[in-house]
Amino acid sequence: MPATRPRARAVAAVAAAAALSLLAAACTGGNDSGSANDDPDADVTLTFWHGWSAPSEVEAIEANIDAFEDEFPNITVKTVKGVNDDKLNQGLRAGGSNGPDVVSSFTTDNVGRFCSSHVLADLAPFLKESGIDPEETFPGPMLDYTQYEGKRCALPLLGDAYGLYYNKDAFAEAGIDAPPKTLSELEEVAEKLTKPDGDGYEQLGFMPNFQGYETTVEHYGGQFGLTYFDDEGNSNAAADPRMAELFEWQKGMVDALGGFEKLRKYRNTFGDEWGPKHPFHTGQVAMQMDGEWRGKMAADAGVGFEIGAAPFPVPDDQADSYGKGYLSGTITGIATTSEKKNAAWELVKYLTTDTDAVVDFANAIHNVPSTLAALKSPKLNDDPVYRTFVDIAQHPESSHAPPSKNGGAFLLTLQDYGLKYEKGEEDDLPSLLEQADEQIDKDNAQAG
Amino acid sequence: MAAAVHTLGARRRRATLRTLGFLSPWLVGFGVFFAYPLGATVYFSFMKYDGFTDPVWVGLKNWRYVLFDYPFFWPALANTLWLVAVMVTLRTVFGLGIGLLITKVKTGAGLFRTLFYLPYLAPPVAATMSFVFLMNPGTGPVNTILGRLGLGEPGWFNDAQWSKPALTVLALWCVGDLMVIFMASLLDVPKEQYEAAELDGAGAWSRFRYVTLPNIRPVVLFAVVTGVIATMQYYTEPIVAAKVASGVIGGSGQHFEPGYPEKSTLTVPQSVYHLGFQRFDTGAACVVALVLFVLAMAFTYTLMRRGSGFLKEDD
Repeated sequence: MPATRPRARAVAAVAAAAALSLLAAACTGGNDSGSANDDPDADVTLTFWHGWSAPSEVEAIEANIDAFEDEFPNITVKTVKGVNDDKLNQGLRAGGSNGPDVVSSFTTDNVGRFCSSHVLADLAPFLKESGIDPEETFPGPMLDYTQYEGKRCALPLLGDAYGLYYNKDAFAEAGIDAPPKTLSELEEVAEKLTKPDGDGYEQLGFMPNFQGYETTVEHYGGQFGLTYFDDEGNSNAAADPRMAELFEWQKGMVDALGGFEKLRKYRNTFGDEWGPKHPFHTGQVAMQMDGEWRGKMAADAGVGFEIGAAPFPVPDDQADSYGKGYLSGTITGIATTSEKKNAAWELVKYLTTDTDAVVDFANAIHNVPSTLAALKSPKLNDDPVYRTFVDIAQHPESSHAPPSKNGGAFLLTLQDYGLKYEKGEEDDLPSLLEQADEQIDKDNAQAG
Repeated sequence: MAAAVHTLGARRRRATLRTLGFLSPWLVGFGVFFAYPLGATVYFSFMKYDGFTDPVWVGLKNWRYVLFDYPFFWPALANTLWLVAVMVTLRTVFGLGIGLLITKVKTGAGLFRTLFYLPYLAPPVAATMSFVFLMNPGTGPVNTILGRLGLGEPGWFNDAQWSKPALTVLALWCVGDLMVIFMASLLDVPKEQYEAAELDGAGAWSRFRYVTLPNIRPVVLFAVVTGVIATMQYYTEPIVAAKVASGVIGGSGQHFEPGYPEKSTLTVPQSVYHLGFQRFDTGAACVVALVLFVLAMAFTYTLMRRGSGFLKEDD
């Protein structure tokens, strides 16, 4: 009997090794491929996953798809609406015959990961084949957030620009005749517009809180011109004096308008960001940092005041860059696992570069167009509030946070540390920013 | 002699095969749904694996990251343990209390039973959303009533100090499952024992302490063990509450802060999801899952050990 134990152990070891090998071989991703062999003229059905879910948005994207199918009668597009990034990630991971050929995402966070892990196909060969020069077709920041380390795995499909909305009636009542252009003017105007009411406010001039919906580190960061990472890819928060300026300015605003606790308590009375009870709609705040969609949402909510829009103010020492703003947007790409990449490219090309398609879609869902030609199109909605954001999108200093292999984790970390500073949990700002750097670098190291 | 040994061996083999045949449904289930996933989780905890590219051996790197560098792990663990300690205890006490009350009601017991059980049937997402709106610090009716009564107006799901108590209130509202099993066990307590206790002059508390509790101990143990396991897996309610309360349901350029507000609603299963399906870090997610597994096993083992003594105490 004892003689059989080593054999049994050996068998067990082999079995275990085999099991581990099987595990190692299972579920591994595909290789990058910018090439395609499918016949673009063959009758095919493409599956397109997108995130739009509101009836008007779905109607708009379906109208675009219908126009595409009219132009390419051999291609039928099956759309799957309301796909958020979590579902999208799973779909791209799993692939398979029911997986998507073309995908779109509302956030730019995962572009770094999509590109580096090769789940979205390299679009450079397709662009070259089609004779499209990206630099001459798309705005610079949008080009930047749809690639990672030189690899273009996505293209912009409409964009978002951030600016300042203001209540013109409240401005008139306070004797303010123009929107603020610098951050010190913003603070002054916000204080003038603020009407305290016991422990709360009858009206708050501006909600600067990092949890005030769109008043996030990266959106403010667009005005300060943050660098986020150094040349080696290490977090640059402590070394970039602009980051400390941002944190100090934001805390100064919080303190000037009543302090963190009072603002937080007031913030808790706000309605949902995407609902009709948004604090700007209800008049709870007189100014709001937001994207181009807010104008239409406020109008649809039937606000009882005149809405104004302007670029968000810039730091006083950057007054000459007034007009810039943070840019973001929807991205689209082709799944590497798709076996119909040539047909898929036709759809991506149409949605992202056909000027009429881009303009119609932008007008329909009130987003900013994502091509240079569409931005200048006379067919574009001429509402002055909306046009403010079109101008922001074209400003040469408008920017976006850099794509990262770790998605938006670094922005959440900065936000987390910003909240600590805003609350007064930490007073030593240089040390706080060093801690943020350390955490971001650890997260990035873990992401590989 | 050799032929007899051969026959004996063949018989044993047949018996073994027969046994395995009868056991095979369980063996397959155990292997596919427990042993393989557990083995895979251990294996991937030592690998860098994003689901897109081949796994790469990284040794203890994922373990070090989760235990020392991942900023969400310890808050998630602390929250989960808080919920295990407070929510499970209160749910058990509340379920038993409601069960006791309903068994004492002379008329309309069926109506009360239905009313208390119905919330348990509500879909967790809908129930959570409703509670976030009801307990909205500024616009919800709960704080309006509290304000009119001159009581404090907590921030509930928007305040790190109050978010877990708010989740506990929601869990107590859905206590119908425990109420039903407690009622069944309470109705099983022999009436003779109550009569004997009354004859001995036992008051209400003594009857509960010395008659009711010993009789329903197995059910209390069941409620606690299943409650602990369910709370270890607590995911839907806190993440829905955090998303709705923060107002950040998702949009272009928006980042949802896990565990809003200030990580106070972050639970261990959320960390697994955050790492595995949002950061694509399967290796680190497996580490968190294994910690959760070990904790759940430890809790269950301890409760069963202590519970078995608890059960035998008066037997």
